[in-house]
Amino acid sequence: MILGRSAGRRKPPVEPVTLKILVAGGFGVGKTTLVGAVSEIKPLRTEERLTEAGRPVDDTRGVEGKNTTTVAMDFGRITLREDLVLYLFGTPGQDRFWFLWDELAQGALGAVVLADTRRLEDCFAAIDYFERRGIPFTVGVNCFEGAARYPVETVRQALDLDDEVPVILTDARERESVKEVLINVVEHAMTRAAQARQPATL
Amino acid sequence: MSDDGYGAPHWFDDDAGPVVRPYAMTRGRTTSAAQYRLDLIAVVVTEPHADDAGADQTLAPEHMDIVELCRTAPQSIAELASELDLPIGVVRVLVGDLVADELVHVTRPVPPAQLPDEGILRDVIDGLRAL
Repeated sequence: MILGRSAGRRKPPVEPVTLKILVAGGFGVGKTTLVGAVSEIKPLRTEERLTEAGRPVDDTRGVEGKNTTTVAMDFGRITLREDLVLYLFGTPGQDRFWFLWDELAQGALGAVVLADTRRLEDCFAAIDYFERRGIPFTVGVNCFEGAARYPVETVRQALDLDDEVPVILTDARERESVKEVLINVVEHAMTRAAQARQPATL
Repeated sequence: MSDDGYGAPHWFDDDAGPVVRPYAMTRGRTTSAAQYRLDLIAVVVTEPHADDAGADQTLAPEHMDIVELCRTAPQSIAELASELDLPIGVVRVLVGDLVADELVHVTRPVPPAQLPDEGILRDVIDGLRAL
């Protein structure tokens, strides 16, 4: 480490531009798997201790002394260049942690909503959230083994998505497949930004 | 742990929870003096002159850990929380202290509600393709 330190003193470390993409979807849909497929680090886990938020909802009978709840967020990192780092944040699965979503969503480039065709309703809440806040998102249909494959258009109709929202089939375990989903999110965000810059001409 | 004079406190395992309550490290503070809330991906960079930070008696060991971790490679708030196994709220307060002491500075990510410029987005796409 001595080497690293003296080198650091001569040349200040590079201060990277950091960006984030959120990964949302129901419990067990493969969010952490997706993050792990592209992250250069094993998905890290960070925890926030909650005191008030969980109180009305959490059943604490028998453990009345327990007045904190822990909520974990998984995240991964992709260093695109020495000065450009992309973070992926898996959103907490439980719906009641919406307020944490607000923090995560702030300044996010966009989002991936992972869907499982056997439990499509699990991702309604996430889609609704991103639509309301105008955050660009791509729906990735995680192709689980044993789950029936549906055409993308069928999924789009079932989720009642706007035409502009990309829907793509993916495999959250496959690096190449996940890369494609992430590129799609960024492209979608770019398109949206370009539209926003151009005043609507009717 | 046995050479600290207390013997081996076998009941202090991970399941028992932290020996020091997390916000004790911040002396009970839940916000820092910094005017803005540090984003999860805000990057903490140790100032070059922070070499003698150990001499500062007002700093906790956790402060020093952050200074050291961010010296060789700047780290995001989220990474620090994970690395130090501390709640994000605690890391925010500690980093706020260090900013006030001018031992570190924090790079602000792209302001919320404002997309990074197109050039950066293109760089992200190119970078992802090249992975």
